[in-house]
Amino acid sequence: MDVPDDLRYSDDHEWLRTDGADGLVGITRYAADELGDVVFVELPAVGRTLARGETFGVIESVKTASDLYSPISGEVLEVNDALGASPELVNEDPYGQGWIVRLRLADPSEAELLRDAAGYRSLIGD
Amino acid sequence: MAYQAHTDADRQRMLDALGITSVDTLFADIPESVRATGLDLPDPEPELLVQRRMTELAARNRVDLVSFLGAGVYQHHIPAVVDAILSRGEFMTAYTPYQPEISQGTLQTIHEYQSMLAELTGLPVVSASHYDGAAATAEAALMTIRATGRNRVLASRAIHRHYLDTTRTYLGGRFELDLLPTSPDGTTDLAALERALAETDRPVAGVLVGQPNVFGVLEPVGDVVRLAHAAGALAVSVVEPVSLAVLATPGEVGADIAAGEGQPLGIPAQYGGPYLGILATTETLTRQLPGRLVGRTLDVDGRRAYVMTLRAREQDIRRDRAASNICTNQALCALAATVYLATLGPHGLRDVARGGAAAARRLERALADVGIERIHTGAYLNELTVRVPDARAVHMRLLGEGILAGLPLADWYPDDPDLADALLLCATELTTDGDIDRLAGALARHHPVAA
Amino acid sequence: MSARPDTGGDAVARPIDIGLIDRVTDDGSLGPRRAVGASLQPTLAELSVPGRRTDQVPHPPADALAGIPDDLLRSSAPALPELSEPQVMRHFTNLSHLNHSIDGGFYPLGSCTMKHNPRVNETAARLPGFARLHPLAPDTLAQGTLELLWELQGMLSEVAGMAATTLQPAAGAHGELTGILVIRAYHRARGDVDRDEVIVPDSSHGTNPATASMAGFRTVTIPSAPDGGVDLEALRGALGPRTAAVMITNPSTLGLFERRIVEVLEATHAAGALAYMDGANMNAIMGRFRPGAASFDVMHLNLHKTFSTPHGGGGPGAGPVAVAAHLVPFLPAPLVVRETDGTFRLERDGERPGSIGRVRAYQGSVGVLVRAYAYIRTHGGPGLCRVTDDAVLAANYLRQRVGEAWDLPYAGPCKHEFVASGARLRRETGVRTLDVAKRLIDHGYHPPTVYFPLIVEECLLIEPTETETLADLDAFAEALLAVAREAHEQPELLHEAPLTTPVRRLDEATAARRPELRWRPMTGAETPCPQ
Repeated sequence: MDVPDDLRYSDDHEWLRTDGADGLVGITRYAADELGDVVFVELPAVGRTLARGETFGVIESVKTASDLYSPISGEVLEVNDALGASPELVNEDPYGQGWIVRLRLADPSEAELLRDAAGYRSLIGD
Repeated sequence: MAYQAHTDADRQRMLDALGITSVDTLFADIPESVRATGLDLPDPEPELLVQRRMTELAARNRVDLVSFLGAGVYQHHIPAVVDAILSRGEFMTAYTPYQPEISQGTLQTIHEYQSMLAELTGLPVVSASHYDGAAATAEAALMTIRATGRNRVLASRAIHRHYLDTTRTYLGGRFELDLLPTSPDGTTDLAALERALAETDRPVAGVLVGQPNVFGVLEPVGDVVRLAHAAGALAVSVVEPVSLAVLATPGEVGADIAAGEGQPLGIPAQYGGPYLGILATTETLTRQLPGRLVGRTLDVDGRRAYVMTLRAREQDIRRDRAASNICTNQALCALAATVYLATLGPHGLRDVARGGAAAARRLERALADVGIERIHTGAYLNELTVRVPDARAVHMRLLGEGILAGLPLADWYPDDPDLADALLLCATELTTDGDIDRLAGALARHHPVAA
Repeated sequence: MSARPDTGGDAVARPIDIGLIDRVTDDGSLGPRRAVGASLQPTLAELSVPGRRTDQVPHPPADALAGIPDDLLRSSAPALPELSEPQVMRHFTNLSHLNHSIDGGFYPLGSCTMKHNPRVNETAARLPGFARLHPLAPDTLAQGTLELLWELQGMLSEVAGMAATTLQPAAGAHGELTGILVIRAYHRARGDVDRDEVIVPDSSHGTNPATASMAGFRTVTIPSAPDGGVDLEALRGALGPRTAAVMITNPSTLGLFERRIVEVLEATHAAGALAYMDGANMNAIMGRFRPGAASFDVMHLNLHKTFSTPHGGGGPGAGPVAVAAHLVPFLPAPLVVRETDGTFRLERDGERPGSIGRVRAYQGSVGVLVRAYAYIRTHGGPGLCRVTDDAVLAANYLRQRVGEAWDLPYAGPCKHEFVASGARLRRETGVRTLDVAKRLIDHGYHPPTVYFPLIVEECLLIEPTETETLADLDAFAEALLAVAREAHEQPELLHEAPLTTPVRRLDEATAARRPELRWRPMTGAETPCPQ
């Protein structure tokens, strides 16, 4: 299973890539595969403040709908508008073009609370 | 006994296979204290007797009167092909097209329904149908609330009384519903609308207006839309579909949602249903639209095919966070509308709409000749409100002469003195000159002022 | 079989060995039937030719719209298709051939009660006296229908064991909303305004929690016990002063009677909450269990399931709601009442001031109600009991036969339906229940409900109903056993299935990502309308 070493992971299958003050969030390859063909991503409003673990959107596949939980606290700086026309990016490139939101982190040290790649691999039994 | 497939020998075979002697064993899991023993109902009857009973009951209804009653349900000519298609077991005895490979008949007809209703309403996204016009209107009000995040809806008081009542039930005290008054010409009072929209502490989610409205009067929907949009609210036009063959469409005038009753499109009156709730909207609001949608796609071999889509909005997946609890649609009623529209075509449907309008104009003139005038001055299509002193009593007396003289509007507006003597009269392409003469003549006799 | 050029494929080209042909000649039995054998159809827009029309109504005079200002008129005629009557007839007839239906074959769709739709009901509903009656016609003109509705209110109340029934709701989910609004009104009328939660088991229909939300309640979901019933401890833990109602489907969506029903009802009432019964599965218990008599407070009945009215490709249905005496004041208006002189009338405005109001226009889907009434008259009390007994016997028999090759996760007896699980089959062969369902289509069957209830892995929910012969039950069992064998021997066949249908598996992902919800571009009427 594709679990990049340079990311942090939540138990809800979101990943976080931090860049100092900012963080990029998406869902993992494992989650994308479990969902199947993603058909729609409901994105939060830019400027919204998210608490760690807060629901910030919904991701739909053909026959399921799942909540998205923020892996870390922060303010939404940017959302991936490309997902509007091409939600399949989540399946095709979950760690790249399939990113979902960019956050201004409230407390970058919260990232330490998330799993590292090895921890996530053990979570999904990989 | 009726419709059951098993002989006693079959039942015995099944019992033997299960190793039991009585079917009672299969109900032993029902606790004894709550077990029932039979039902107190009439005795079974063979088909002949059931048919006789049904014929007797039907004969006790009176459907032979000359009728000017519309008020949301309109009697039209229904082409013979409509029932011929509806009676086909392949349509009638199928269920929800969960398995698209063996449901393309139902799926394609729904797609055709959506396409033709999009053309009629001028709005591109049409649900596969709702229960009826009232429920569709209530759902439209809820859509505006979800889409704007505001919790107050304004509705013209000149929307069908049952639609307003239903909307109030659906909003259920969780959201506000304020009624807008009407002007003497019978249209919604735009100044009152502006004032209501200006209450910035109570922001408005949506404005609902009927077209034509319940008095038969044509509303300035475009103006309502502009005012609503300027205040950040959405606009809902509550429509009658036959009229859309000639009237400016909700899409043309910028409305965000059209809701309405599809009964006039080939569905009999049936004392209230089943009917066809029409709900249409813009592409922007697609995901706020409750209920089924059918989309076009390809199969693995590249053949064009249809399938229920955007399913993840619906109750079976989202459960407590679905846009609505609606599960079924009115597929067979939507099929009736599809066949009706396909048979009439654009010119036939315009003839139906214009035929009603022409008859209503003849009706207005004939009544004016006996001294009965319209109450409102606004333009109308095929329904009009007239003043007849002692309207309720006259309405009753005319029943005895075989005339159903529309609806006494005091039934719906008991507190409005302007409507105490109002009769709401409707004409369609079925209305003949003879019908009009009978009504005018009878009113002249029962109505001393006119005589 | 032929395909239109624009459908982009050759409908005849199919993989060769679909594994069915040999079985037809094998043993001389009836053998499998084909699902549907018809060709795809062009759209109405593609068939349209400008200037073609049928002749349905007279042409009105040219000045018909003279009184209407131009800005209120539409700028161009609607682009509806222009067709001849023979084209219309053929188009829809050919489309009908693409459907599987009860008339055409077995339809064991669990939780939907796909039983035979009697034709005398259709004849009755089409009688002009019923069909042409305007819903606002004065009571004096509607005595026949009013009498029928009054009797039907009573008959459904008897089946439900309740005090009164409203016939207004247009469908099961609409009935649920009505019932929950009635419960809310009841609590509020008692000043009990803090009850804002509705408890549902995790095996419930999705409409239950969706209904609770729509009525402004928070849904509390409780897990099912290992035997499939309500987990009493979980229920007691969830019940409290904020509980407005507990919604129970009985028999459950697993096809099991709720064995602890007495305790469930006692606990619910002890907490001051009301008990709602989802009556979708009433076909299993008519005359054996009367919910009101057992102290349920509210229930809805699905007339298109238990009472044989046609499903119509997804509706219309009807979902009357029956309630116990203490809830009658809150039912939607109007009910039909019988006067002492034997005449019938609708309730007047304000006659029951506690009413929740209207949930729709007019009195109900009366055309559906007429059909259900005819069905009940045909059966009478003993007949409805026989319906239930036969439905349950057939389900248990089929369950036993299916159990020869499929896992049955819950102990019997079942009621009118049962669940089987394809979890082991998936582990052993990689074949999913979806593949099994699609393969059953090749065997001539509508698949059972799959992946519902959500709590059973690789679930098949199978409901045979009382109107299928023993031979049909056996043939379906054989088909399911054959599919299980095929899964082991030729799993790729099942991944590819269905192979005998006019279209095969669809690209549902693209359909949802880029919805094409209408003809595009619009085609059709191009000629100006003659004035």
